[in-house]
Formats: sequence, structure tokens, C-alpha cells
Amino acid sequence: MSLQPLTPIYVLIGLLCASAAWGAWRDPAHPRRLGNAIFYGLLALMFVVGDALPPALVGAMVVGLALVAGAGGVGRGARVLPPDGEREASAMRHGNRLFAPAIAIPLLTVAAVFALKAVTRDGQPLLGAQQLSLVALAFACVVALVLACVLLRDTPRAALTQSRGLMEAIGWAAILPLVLATLGAVFAQAGVGELVARVATWLVPVENRVACVLAFGLGMVAFTMIMGNAFAAFPVMMGGIGLPLLVGRHGADPASLAAIGMLTGYCGTLLTPMAANYNIVPAALLELRDPYAVIRAQWPTALALMALNLVLMYAIAFRGG
Amino acid sequence: MNWWPLLGVALVVAGFVARLNPVLVVVAAGFATGLLAGIAPLALLELLGESLLKNRYLLVFVLTLPIIGLLERHGLREQARRWIETLRGMTASRLLLAYLGLRQITAMLGLTSLAGHPQTVRPLLAPMVEATAVRAHGPLPEATRERLRALSAGTDNVGLFFGEDVFIAFGAVLLMQSFLAEHGIVVEPLAIALWGVPTAIGAFALHGARLLRLEHRLARERLALAASSRGDA
Repeated sequence: MSLQPLTPIYVLIGLLCASAAWGAWRDPAHPRRLGNAIFYGLLALMFVVGDALPPALVGAMVVGLALVAGAGGVGRGARVLPPDGEREASAMRHGNRLFAPAIAIPLLTVAAVFALKAVTRDGQPLLGAQQLSLVALAFACVVALVLACVLLRDTPRAALTQSRGLMEAIGWAAILPLVLATLGAVFAQAGVGELVARVATWLVPVENRVACVLAFGLGMVAFTMIMGNAFAAFPVMMGGIGLPLLVGRHGADPASLAAIGMLTGYCGTLLTPMAANYNIVPAALLELRDPYAVIRAQWPTALALMALNLVLMYAIAFRGG
Repeated sequence: MNWWPLLGVALVVAGFVARLNPVLVVVAAGFATGLLAGIAPLALLELLGESLLKNRYLLVFVLTLPIIGLLERHGLREQARRWIETLRGMTASRLLLAYLGLRQITAMLGLTSLAGHPQTVRPLLAPMVEATAVRAHGPLPEATRERLRALSAGTDNVGLFFGEDVFIAFGAVLLMQSFLAEHGIVVEPLAIALWGVPTAIGAFALHGARLLRLEHRLARERLALAASSRGDA
């Protein structure tokens, strides 16, 4: 078995989940004591020892997470932040030093990305682009935590308590991106994409260039909204409508059609709760009462930009005539 | 042709419309879709487990929480407010517009992890936007403050989405290039990335115009609030 570069990162995330589970369990006054302990405990197991477990058991644990979340078993306990006045006084005392660890996270991440890029084995980069940024972010977080503890003269233990408070504020929304990824895998295996593309091509009058552009663009938006991800929609719509109809039949330029088509799909990402890590997790993170508040803030931009993209697609992909 | 799996899509939509817990809706719809497609229950559990393990990286943002939490305990959000109040002439509109521009430009350079909801929006941008809005328009109702926070998150999304696609090493650009190559169409990544520029400019203009109108909207809401409270008295 080859060493997975992401394993230590998963163990770290798992330990944070375990500390959230333990913190809830140890608090007899916690209103969701058992639910939180089970929810974060299952997550901790998946992250720390998931690779050693039979996949079917992990699947059963996913069902367990959904049942605990669905029964309303995940929620906030007692407030972990000190009162407003105390934080205000602390802000006065520390001043702009407070920004240093927060700014260190992105700067160290970027620096680590460049440093790790230079590490090669047999002329090949050691890490893929995605692994690279994850490893860099994890490294930056560990260094920034040490920096924060030193600057503020506080303990990692206090940091763990605060992280539990934030995790409980986010609640079940944190795992929505994960379970959506499993839904994507089921959709792919069940061939849902091909079925949708087939329905779309029935509905389109293929000789009409404008109708084909609309079908491709709106199809990208609709399918992105269903899958929560324009990457999943692109091969289906480009393969189903873009290449055969727009490029093949009407002579569209494939490079600009692909680029603008993908960006039209991104307008769908702004509109859907299925893109949970962009739309639902932030609403939880910002402690908004309406879980769809971020989508409500985005829809006017998304619709205007979608219209602009459709016009651009027609004007640019057919610029040759 | 087995059309039944499409019912899974309908289940997802119905579940969200009925406002059931989204995690439960998604897992239930996954199960239903798999069974309707004729996948055996045990194989379905395996598929769920495998795809979950493969996508664990989606939770990597959790690693930022201990730091952000510790800083917030010591007054990070209060300091963000205090600092932005020293910049005279800074308004919520201008701040969001500057953030949008910076987020787009850095994403175009591939620096997508410079910002994000846990790292910058919650601890820095949202409290700064609230503080500048309160300074200009007086105390705001909780609903308005929540809308400002949501708009901060939305502005981060718009900046990220319509910047990163112009970066040639970005996943989406490479995905498009390899997809076209598989179908016998050879194009340079740069040719694809460059056609993201018109939409990127459009996104800045359209979202930026909405941000600039924000101040008028806040002022109007403030007037309406004042009028209604005078009416009550």
C-alpha cells in the first residue's frame, strides 16, 4: 500500500471531530448531547480509520449520520465565546496583532504551494495540483495555530474548545458537501446524466441555432443546479448538445463555447442549495437564520450574468459567421 | 432504457421544497436512485462509503476553525470593526467592491486559497461590512445585518467563480481541454481560459453595480424604519 499524502490531514480533521464529540458528551447540560456525540464520533471514525474499514460499513455510517441529522440530533451547546465586553477589551489590548495569524493562513498556504511544487521525484511533481493545495493549507493552519497561541498567550486546548463551538454552529451543514458527493457518485452509476441529456435533445428544435444555444446554456444551469457542480454538468451537456449540435451542425468554435458554457453553469452554482459548500455552509458559518440567505443575496447577479453569458456565447462562438 | 433513476432527481427537488433536512434528503434520494437503477443494497452501501472516503478533502476547511475560533475569542471580529472605522470614507459598498475586485484578480492568478468563507468572510469581511454600514446609516435591524453578511458571502463566491476560470492551470480549464481532446478537438488551455475574460468583466460590472446600489437601499430602509417608528408614536 502506498502512503497517501492526505492521510495525516484526514487524521487531524478526525481528531477535531473527536474532540467535538468528546466535548459534547462531557457536557451534561448539552441539549443535543447524545446526537452530537454520535454525529461527530462517526465523522471522527471515518476520517481517522476510514481507509481500514469495509466500504459498506462506511456507507452504513453515512446513513447513520443522515438519520441523526434528520432527527434534529445535531445542535449547539452552551456558548463558548467570552462576553462581548471582554472581547472588546481584548481587541483593544491586542490591536492589529490579532490579524497576523488570520493573514498568515493564506500567505503561508500560497508560499507552501510554491515550495511543494518544486519537490519532484523522477522529474514528476510529487503531489497533484489538488493534493498540493490541501497539504499547503493544512501546513499553514498548523503554523498559524502555533503563532496564534504564542501571540495571544493562550493554549491549544482553548483553541479546541472554540473550534467545537464553531463546528456546532455549522452543524449538519458541514457534511452536506460530503453526502452530495456520494449522491453524485450514485447519479453517475445510475446514468442520470445521459437520461437528462436525452430528454433535452428531444425538446430542442435542432435546426434552430438560437434554440440550440439556449438549450445548451440553460441546460448547463439546470443540470448544475441538480448536481450542485458545473464540472459534473459539463461533460453531459457538451457531449449531449454542445458538440453534436452547436459545433457539429452549426459550426460553433469549441474553445469559446466550452469556456462560456462552463461559466454559464457557474451561474447555476450560485442558485442551488446543492452547491452546499458555497451556499449553505457559509449561511451556517455566518449564523444566519435563513439557510438560503446566501442564495437570496446571489440570485439577481446570477440571473443577469446568465443572460449576459447566453448573449456572449452566441456572439463569440459564432463570430466566424 | 430504464427511466426510473430520474425519480431520484425529483426526490431531491421535492425534499428541498418541503424543507426537510437536506442531509437526510440527499442520502435518501441517493438510496432511492441506486435501488431504482437496479444496484443491490450492499453494493449501494459500498458505493456510498467509497465515494465519501474519496471526497473527505471537502472538510479540510475544518482545520482553520481552531485558529479562527481562538482569534475570535480574543476579539478578532471586534478588532476588524475597530480597524475599518479608522478608514474614513470607507462604505459597505466600496469595501465589498474592493473585495470583489481583489478576489477576482487573485483567483485569476491561481491564488484561490487566499480567501474563503471561514478564513476571511466570517472573521474579517462580514464584521467590517456591518461596521461600515452601521457607521453610515445608524443602527440596523437584525434582518438587514443578516442580509449584509449573506451578501458578503455571495460576493466572495462571485469573485472566486468568475476569476478562477481565467487561470490556465485551474481544474475546470484542464477538464474542458481534456474533454475536447478526447473528442478529437485539440485546443490550448490558454485559448479556453482567455474566453473566460468577457464573463469575468461582466460579473464585476453586474455584481459591482448591485453593490453600489446597496447604500441607497440601506438609506431607504433606514428612512422607512424611521417613518414607521414615528407613525407608531
